[in-house]
Amino acid sequence: MTTEPVVLAPPAPSRGTARTPVVQRTRDRNHRGAVRWVVLAAAVVVAVAMMVPFAIMLLNAFKAPGEYSAEGPLSLPSSLYTDGLVAFWQRVDYPEKLLNSTLIAGSVAVLATLVSLLNAYALGIGRIRGRMWVVALFLLANMLPQEALVYPLYFLAKETGLYNTQLSVIIIFTVIQSAFGTYLLASVLSTFPPSVLEAAALDGASSWQVLWRVVFPIARPTLSVLLIFFFIWTWNEFFIPLVMLIDNSTQTIPVALASLQGDRLMDVPTINAGALVSLLPAVVFFLVFQRTLTRGITAGAVK
Amino acid sequence: MTTLSLPRRAPAPRDAPGRPARARRHGRPVYWLYLVPGAVLFVAVIVVPFVMNVYYSFTRWPGIGDPRWTGLDNYTRLLADETFWTSFRNSVAMVVAMVVVPTLIGLLLAAVLFDYLGKRFGPRVASVLRATYYLPQVLPVAVAGILWSWILNPQTGALNVLLREAGLDRLALNWLGDTSTALPSVMTVMIWVQVGYPVVIFMAALQRVDPELYEAAELDGAGWFRRFRAITLPQIRPETFVVTLTCTIAALKVFGPIYVLTRGGPENSTNVPSYFAYQSFFPKSQVGYGAAIATVLTLVVVVVALVFIRLQAASERREG
Repeated sequence: MTTEPVVLAPPAPSRGTARTPVVQRTRDRNHRGAVRWVVLAAAVVVAVAMMVPFAIMLLNAFKAPGEYSAEGPLSLPSSLYTDGLVAFWQRVDYPEKLLNSTLIAGSVAVLATLVSLLNAYALGIGRIRGRMWVVALFLLANMLPQEALVYPLYFLAKETGLYNTQLSVIIIFTVIQSAFGTYLLASVLSTFPPSVLEAAALDGASSWQVLWRVVFPIARPTLSVLLIFFFIWTWNEFFIPLVMLIDNSTQTIPVALASLQGDRLMDVPTINAGALVSLLPAVVFFLVFQRTLTRGITAGAVK
Repeated sequence: MTTLSLPRRAPAPRDAPGRPARARRHGRPVYWLYLVPGAVLFVAVIVVPFVMNVYYSFTRWPGIGDPRWTGLDNYTRLLADETFWTSFRNSVAMVVAMVVVPTLIGLLLAAVLFDYLGKRFGPRVASVLRATYYLPQVLPVAVAGILWSWILNPQTGALNVLLREAGLDRLALNWLGDTSTALPSVMTVMIWVQVGYPVVIFMAALQRVDPELYEAAELDGAGWFRRFRAITLPQIRPETFVVTLTCTIAALKVFGPIYVLTRGGPENSTNVPSYFAYQSFFPKSQVGYGAAIATVLTLVVVVVALVFIRLQAASERREG
């Protein structure tokens, strides 16, 4: 959590040695501007290459099939053709899929964060015996391929009547995500200042009160990072939802889109419009939470 | 019994002479109770299924009726199964596409953005470029894969339509449908998906590095590349370990992109262990066999992770 996403923050004034703008200038004199523009151009070319698939998707989502065969993928559509979008929207009942994805990812984000907090409270602050082993077990679970769990989960879900329900996926991902969350949060909470805890204990606070009145408010920034990550990870999950959710009415957006693959009614505008509206929620989420995300990824890496 | 329990109880009053018992209990609450909900869920969703899966791997079972114990049969069959070896060979290709290439490109891009462009064009330029590289990472990989599978479609796909428009009909290949081009095509898509992750991690790592190191090197007349090799690379080694470890595990487990791009085909040329296991479980109903593949995959992942962690510990020792 030490690395804030402040790219190139100005150096603290207290730093002893003088910043060396002189050196910078002499170096630039050698390159005389030309090189830096070449480097910028190269970096922009890579960025454009990354964006090409999205640009092609946008260009062809609202272009009539006839125009696509005549003008190709790079032309601007001459009129706004929305039949593809309408066809996809109705075929998969998009609002329902959006609701399913939101319900699953939202529930998992909240529940997994809660479970992570409870686990990490016992491990990081309670320092219960054998905690190293418990943390190692969670870490190991985090590495497990889902393939090694999927058939028994499928079997157990059928036995308990949870098969083909959103609840099955919510339970499974609450556990899978909280395995990572516990690992991360336990190490964050183990650095919690003991004096604060001792003060609360002297005031006669129970461990439950300490958790919610002392630890929770202080850990809130980390918890919000976890919450956002769990949401996005669960939103993007494919394998277990594919196995567990076979009905169009329970499916998530990626699974519903994949189930239409190879369908002969999926013409070019339908595929592109479908991909567009399926990617859109994640893009919006990314733009809204970009700062938190970058902070979170780096937190995960440093721990 | 009494002799054993006596000395254990004896120190208690010495420990806290004046303190009332109530405060002692508050000082040491039963924290393990907080672990109960998490532990119950963990056992039900991870431990029990994992053990069941290992058990299945020693049986023959079509998913209905009772599994029949067959010992190591599935494993001996696996070793003789060419698809099994192909799938792990393709895992190596996935490691190249999801770890080696993205890490190298990511190092270069991060260093250029942070140490060069960020300083000359301002932090906004660097962070916009970084967000652009990172975008594919936050999208559902299955959806991005579906977009790519259309772009690479031999008849209606954007790539071949463009090639034909340019008169390059001979280059308009069946990218995902031909055994010679399918794997390189999938690898290219995976590089596109993966490259932003190392860029973000490495850029954050570079903020940790003391700028004075760079200033001193610049004063000594070290060029950009010398500074990259002598300062950047050694300084961000911990992050490089994290990136290569997490990406290697992800590469070994890759499923979604294979499912939507090629379904492991043509002729298994893009099959990977996770898809191979899925095929055995569901379309083929060979549960025992699929469980054996999944168990081997788990072993490989755990061994690779342990080797990584050992290597990291060794390199830290060498430095310290």
